[in-house]
Amino acid sequence: MSTTSPHRLASLAALALVTSVALAACGGGGFDDGNSDEPASSGDGPAQLKVLIASSGDAETKAVEDAVAAWADDSGNEAEVIVANDIAQQLSQGFAGGNPPDLFYVDAGVFGDYAEAGNLYPYLDQMDGADDFYPNLVDSFTLDDEAYCAPKDFSTLALEINTAAWKKAGLGDDDIPTTWDELQSVAEKLTTPEQAGLVIGVGRDRVGAFLVQNGGFWVDGETGEATATEPSNVEALDYVQGLLKSGAAVLPPDIDAGWGGEGFGTQKAAMTIEGNWIRGAMSNDYPDVDYTVAELPEGPAGKGTLLFTQCWGIAADSPNQEAAVSLVEALTTADQQLANAKAFGVMPSRESAQADYVEQFPEDAPFIAGGDYGQGPVNLPGLGPVVADLDSQLEQLKTADVDQILESFQKNAEAELQ
Amino acid sequence: MSRTSSIRAGQARAGWLFVSPTLVVLGLFLAVPVLMALWVSFTDWNGRGSPFASGVGFVGADNYRELVGEQGGLTRADFMTSLRNNFYYVLLVVPLQTALALFLALVLNQKMLKAVGFFRTAFYFPSVVSSVAISLVFLFLFTGGGVVNTMLGWVGLDGPTWFNDSRGLLHLLGDGLGLWSISDPPSGLVDGGVLGLTWWQWLSGPSVALSVIIFLVVWTTTGTFMLMFLAALQDLPVEVEEAAMIDGAGRWGVFRNVTLPHLRPTMLLVTTLGLIGTWQVFDQVYVMTQGGPGKTTLTPAFLSYFYAFENQKWGVAAAMAFVLFLIIFAMASFQRWLFRDKDQPSARRARDFFARQQGSHSGTEAV
Repeated sequence: MSTTSPHRLASLAALALVTSVALAACGGGGFDDGNSDEPASSGDGPAQLKVLIASSGDAETKAVEDAVAAWADDSGNEAEVIVANDIAQQLSQGFAGGNPPDLFYVDAGVFGDYAEAGNLYPYLDQMDGADDFYPNLVDSFTLDDEAYCAPKDFSTLALEINTAAWKKAGLGDDDIPTTWDELQSVAEKLTTPEQAGLVIGVGRDRVGAFLVQNGGFWVDGETGEATATEPSNVEALDYVQGLLKSGAAVLPPDIDAGWGGEGFGTQKAAMTIEGNWIRGAMSNDYPDVDYTVAELPEGPAGKGTLLFTQCWGIAADSPNQEAAVSLVEALTTADQQLANAKAFGVMPSRESAQADYVEQFPEDAPFIAGGDYGQGPVNLPGLGPVVADLDSQLEQLKTADVDQILESFQKNAEAELQ
Repeated sequence: MSRTSSIRAGQARAGWLFVSPTLVVLGLFLAVPVLMALWVSFTDWNGRGSPFASGVGFVGADNYRELVGEQGGLTRADFMTSLRNNFYYVLLVVPLQTALALFLALVLNQKMLKAVGFFRTAFYFPSVVSSVAISLVFLFLFTGGGVVNTMLGWVGLDGPTWFNDSRGLLHLLGDGLGLWSISDPPSGLVDGGVLGLTWWQWLSGPSVALSVIIFLVVWTTTGTFMLMFLAALQDLPVEVEEAAMIDGAGRWGVFRNVTLPHLRPTMLLVTTLGLIGTWQVFDQVYVMTQGGPGKTTLTPAFLSYFYAFENQKWGVAAAMAFVLFLIIFAMASFQRWLFRDKDQPSARRARDFFARQQGSHSGTEAV
């Protein structure tokens, strides 16, 4: 035994050497890490663009593919659309490997993390017609006063009302709630032993609308500070808790639903607060349920809703940034956005398209109106686990201590933001 | 002398040559990524470019401190919650699946049983079906108004909304026994705590949602382990059992003193594989609950994924993975020690005893 140990030591040393060489190779040669500071390449020859999208279905994929192909033909470049299975994971691989797709969807919720890490190329200032985008949407893609990317489209929350239940409760067109008190009273009127008055989805992405209506929000995007413990937020959460406690409103699990739209579609609730994506769910799964859509009621501080949006992110490491900006311009023209609206039901992010959109989809006016006064999601970098924790606490909103929820969010967010 | 050593040297070279393809593949796809992850766990890498680039800062053990130290705050609370959940999960899944697998294997090993092939396939079937597909089926079975609750309704039971129910089983048990009230937990347990969670949170037990996952996993993995037990049982010569019976052992005696000792290596294999697999549970959580409700199905593997891919906190996520590795390593080692062959030390002692006897004997002879 003892005679072989020097041999074994030597072999181990060799193995260690080989491993470290392999590690170094991965670190040095494999990835191009230094090129982010170099200027993007000029348009010498046709660019080859990779476009990564998280598609909602065939309609969206086809619409994007067609638009990208049309741009490629016009500009003489080549572009390939890739539909992601898990866009967060695929982008992470690209960023780490130094060869991310040139153009990709970025959700407002993860924008802050990507921008902070330097993965995104800020290009909005060089884009033609950039001032036509809704300012609230651009704010969702702004970090440290720098606007990064062009909003692709957006969704907002509104109040959906079951027509049959509304009539049955003896309510008319004039009774559509415009204040918190009215919302409470119609929800109570609509509550029957078989049907809840209002179902509100769990979590910050629904409850947050009430904070906005009361003039507050979880964080202040401009100063980059947490503002959860402001008295206005406590008031707003108290109001929602009151709705839940009185039985006028329920959370989806209370009526065996996975989300508000399901509770509304199965008619276990007469009203819900959801975004324009509920249209697709209703026409596919519950085509027999008649409903109308109204803007969310005003709170003490006026109108308020939540915006959900994605932008066209261009990779900081992309060698084809100039071509990518030109592709984004083509993809976000008012005409193209209206075509997308028709194809897969999203709302245009350009204010100039609003009038045409309302003309074509008059019943969606309450949704698009939210573009003027809506509030984007929490997009400060590093807050992912903090907002996930908030959501988990909001599950128990009916019985929880409102101050405690807000204080714990405030504490966790401050620790992350300092 | 020199001749033999040169032959040996040639053999060693040939040996290395033969294993080198495997070594290279393992090194490239296992050792190198693991070492890279280890490095990442000591840096503030943000996921952009190579973790070995000059801009990436070395932060020492900061990421590990965030997981277990006072300054961890939410990260520590999240990680401890995931460890708590996973601990209860392992505590229930490993014994249950091992016992059930052994029971099924014993049943299938009966010579009297007809249609063994059918039962073997039926029991093994859940193990070969994709865990994602089974998870989706379970989602439907266990919705609030799903099949399971409907069937419970037939016998007059009002089932919970399984995947939305974050109440812990121990909390519920204590509530049922009148030890405490869930809505007003005892202040002694709520006020104190360790590692970012209160005693009350540590003592929750698996939540109702996690229990469904436990049930699912026991059901799906039992088949594989049953097959291992069955293979070992069929290795056991019938003569040995018959000999034991002739010596007067009953059925229980044969099982305890002949069958079980024979199964010890398999038992070690099954429990070790079970332990490793259960500490790494990910698929079911990813597909069914994403850590909810109330974080009660959060596991370290899922939390690590969540922190890395969805929040760009790569350093902390890598640190979680290595803490998990240490836990698994420690528990697997402990298990090996538990299952060690307890006859061996005494055999050695006996050998030593005889050796000493002989030594003293020869000594006297020499005198």
